[in-house]
Amino acid sequence: MEARQFDVVVVGGGHAGCEAAAAAARMGAQTALLTLSAASIGTMSCNPAIGGLGKGHLVREIDALDGLMGRVADRAGIQFRLLNRTKGPAVRGPRAQADRKQYRLAMQEALGEVPNLSIVEGEAAELVVDAEAVRALVTKDGRRLECRSIVLTTGTFLRGLIHIGDVRISAGRVGEPASTNLSMDLEKLGFALGRLKTGTPPRLDRRTIDWAGLERQAGDAEPQFFSELTDRLLMPQVDCHITRTTTAGHDIIRANLGRAPIYSGAISGRGPRYCPSIEDKVKRFGDRESHQIFLEPEGIDDDTIYPNGISTSLPEDVQRAFVATIPGLECATISRLGYAIEYDYIDPRGLKPTLETKRLPGLFLAGQINGTTGYEEAAGQGLVAGLNAAARASGSSEITFGRDEAYLGVMVDDLVTCGVTEPYRMFTSRAEYRLSLRADNADQRLTARGIALGCVGSLRARQFGEKETDLARAIELARSVEISPSRAARHGLEINLDGIRRSAYDLLAYPAIDLARLRSIWPELGAISRRTGDQLEIEAKYAVYMDRQRSDIEAFRRDESIVLPATLDYRTIMGLSNEARSRLEAVRPCTLGQAGRVEGVTAAALTILLAHLRKQARTLPAKRAS
Amino acid sequence: MVHEDTIFAIATGTGRTAVAVIRISGRAAGDSLRRIAGRVPAPRQAVLAHLRNPVSGDLIDRGLVLWFPGPASFTGEDCGEFHVHGGRAVLKGMLDALSAISGCRLAEPGEFARRAFGNGKMDLSAIEGLGDLIEAETEIQRGQALRQMNGWLAGHVEPWRRIILEARALIEAEIDFADEDEAPSATVLTVGRALAPVLGEIARALDSGRAGEIVREGFSIVLAGPPNAGKSTLLNAIAERDVAIVTEHAGTTRDIIEVRLDLDGMLVVLADTAGLRVSEDPVEREGMSRTRRRIAEADLVLWLTEPGYPSEIPYEFRHDDGKVLAVRTKLDRDPTAGSGTGIGISAVTGQGMAELLTVIKERAGSAIVLPEPALISRARHRRALAAAKDSLQAVANGPIAIEVAAEHLRAASRSLESIIGRINVEQVLDEIFAKFCMGK
Repeated sequence: MEARQFDVVVVGGGHAGCEAAAAAARMGAQTALLTLSAASIGTMSCNPAIGGLGKGHLVREIDALDGLMGRVADRAGIQFRLLNRTKGPAVRGPRAQADRKQYRLAMQEALGEVPNLSIVEGEAAELVVDAEAVRALVTKDGRRLECRSIVLTTGTFLRGLIHIGDVRISAGRVGEPASTNLSMDLEKLGFALGRLKTGTPPRLDRRTIDWAGLERQAGDAEPQFFSELTDRLLMPQVDCHITRTTTAGHDIIRANLGRAPIYSGAISGRGPRYCPSIEDKVKRFGDRESHQIFLEPEGIDDDTIYPNGISTSLPEDVQRAFVATIPGLECATISRLGYAIEYDYIDPRGLKPTLETKRLPGLFLAGQINGTTGYEEAAGQGLVAGLNAAARASGSSEITFGRDEAYLGVMVDDLVTCGVTEPYRMFTSRAEYRLSLRADNADQRLTARGIALGCVGSLRARQFGEKETDLARAIELARSVEISPSRAARHGLEINLDGIRRSAYDLLAYPAIDLARLRSIWPELGAISRRTGDQLEIEAKYAVYMDRQRSDIEAFRRDESIVLPATLDYRTIMGLSNEARSRLEAVRPCTLGQAGRVEGVTAAALTILLAHLRKQARTLPAKRAS
Repeated sequence: MVHEDTIFAIATGTGRTAVAVIRISGRAAGDSLRRIAGRVPAPRQAVLAHLRNPVSGDLIDRGLVLWFPGPASFTGEDCGEFHVHGGRAVLKGMLDALSAISGCRLAEPGEFARRAFGNGKMDLSAIEGLGDLIEAETEIQRGQALRQMNGWLAGHVEPWRRIILEARALIEAEIDFADEDEAPSATVLTVGRALAPVLGEIARALDSGRAGEIVREGFSIVLAGPPNAGKSTLLNAIAERDVAIVTEHAGTTRDIIEVRLDLDGMLVVLADTAGLRVSEDPVEREGMSRTRRRIAEADLVLWLTEPGYPSEIPYEFRHDDGKVLAVRTKLDRDPTAGSGTGIGISAVTGQGMAELLTVIKERAGSAIVLPEPALISRARHRRALAAAKDSLQAVANGPIAIEVAAEHLRAASRSLESIIGRINVEQVLDEIFAKFCMGK
């Protein structure tokens, strides 16, 4: 048996796997990325877009820690739009249509540039485990990859089952085999597997669509990139178009609902409520006459169009008849049918906040295997798992992110604390400290940490240092110049005539006042660059709310700092209700704060927990002394 | 095996009583009834039984036995009660018998209430109401505590919280599904309008004075004035008993002496204070600064002066709300001082005393009697409601960025949740169980 020695083996070359392998390798770990086919690394198997609300925040955070997704998406971006542009900066999310082929190639190229990383082709067959931890991974053809950590990022490949009407195909993606051995292996190791479902729409041929009369949606004139390292467009830019379903189409779907696998009972896994299939939309929102469809190009030299909004698993004849009822698509050719895919996931409550399984030390899980949906969610988990797989291999301490620090932290905490009942997708409303966790300040929140951890390269570190210095100088300058209300009024600024002098920084907090207006009062502010100025405006705008949020965050951290011992026996805690007890035993939270976020754990239960901990803290030292 | 203690305690007062009640809660409650009384009676029916020590078999007493199977019990667990004769030896015999049963132990202070809270039988404000009910000294206090325990405040807060939650859902949908057709189109403006009734109700609860807190803590009257003005004498006369040392020497009452009175069902707290004058004595000066603080916090101040002193209230104590009332004392010494500012009294002859008491009752009555019972009975509730009001106000006032509105609504939810005890672990523990009347 051929044996090779690695620190970290990553199984899977999707978005989680790429990010995990790159992060581990950046940390200095000798890393192998095991994939069925090197050429399909970085494939976008669903919609050809990266980012969005919450998701764009994740990509910015991955970039802040020098991950790949942001850079690669910028390179492959063919239309950039900042969502929620009319709302405040905290809830704006960068999004880009990506050229599917360019994305894949750019990802492969980016991986090729990462030191310490080997790409290995093959199928994972068996985890080699001794009494305490994972030791190696064996491929189907018998090669043995020795390692200290394994990151599994199997996506929808675990017992993947595609449904198109009553046609069922065992596959991980269309045309790619599912992985069943690993599922059985994991089940043997005692992991609780569940079943989830997701879907994709039929793909259309651009040349057969009647574009005249469809609403055009152009990208932003000034694209907002994901990566701090990107400074210009690298691909030609294209438009998307918008069309809508019709009542005629709804009638066709209604007449054939019984043939949809989700209603015929063929699919047991649960799909996401917020990304329903078109048959789901028609059934659940019967009173609506029309649903929006975004026609998204899959690439510059690709004739495929992704009709976002009509994912379906209806039989082929229904899909064809339905599509023909949509304005502009009357004569459209379907180049690939839509389908639903069911796959295994592992209950993420069995994971630590490092994404290492509690059951099997050294085994990390990231991406859809943990019950999430979305490229960005997968990549974010890949990053966290990769960093920690490397940390474990080198014997250094665990790397976790708090809910108050990053969307990465919010996501991982949600997963390991609450588990999933439907595919988990990021939203900005999941973040309690949303005003602090913005896409624009992801680097300010995380890059310094990344530099200290060793996962940030020198180019980014230098650029970050310069940006921080510029911003600090700009804030200092804006705070140093002051004006009285009466003088400000003479400049046309509407503020209370209360006699209190305000700095330029204070004035920027007013909705109607921006840096451009202040430059007419203080020409020296003109020295601040456009980019730094934008950041200055955002910081100033939220400054007053930040103070309040800081006290919330302090309270949050107090509860997070109360550690629940891993050996805590919930059965011995008096007064805990049976429900709270069983839920706490299932999750085994690491901190009191986390315990409070476990579903069904009330403030009362927490009070009892805290009282128990305090009592132990009081009695333990006494016992030692006696 | 799931291990959890069953707790028991004497629920009635200590010392010799005709009847005493012993309460048991936990999974061994049924077992303890069976082993001591010989059987478990039908739920919620009192039966007479011989009560025996389960180990020795000795007869302890003959008493009533009751069985309240969980979850329909006070704590939500299986509960039992023994009603026995309240002699010390009987009680000791019963406690020994219960201790002998495996898994049973004497309850810690507050443990029954804590279990009720833990099992979701009572929310935080109801627990506070229970504490108040046990402490209630007057009829009006009892009524308020009972309302509170039965969910008077929680019943108001819960619908407010739900409406805010709906508003938050609208706002969050607007933020997170902006680019999607399916989101309801909500604006901060419409949400602000939808919240106006809640804001109004919370504002009314806050504006209805401190009625609830006054009922709970007592209507606070401070007797103040120059030294030797007869403050302690008046206190004694009102209380009809000696509570403060009365001498003819100025400056005797350096600390503050309180007497609690039940006037027509209202709790009235009378405080005698150090006389106010210029003094170099550090102890006396400290006493006077306490007096000034008390005056600031009081619901009513009686400014006492003896004959020969100007009866006008000094400028520094004049309050706009008319809470300082001038009282001329010792009318028996100087009958000529029959006219002047305020009420004239004599603690010796009783002259003017009835009039003064009537005024006190009127003031106290108008402070606590409202068209409908007060919602707020403690400062904790007031703080939380005030914070919720500020947050909602910020949204209603507008114009405001949607993500900032979302932040305010989140804060408002949190404030309301803190009243019924859904959040903030440390605070819950410190505010409630630290203050909760233990052992009841």
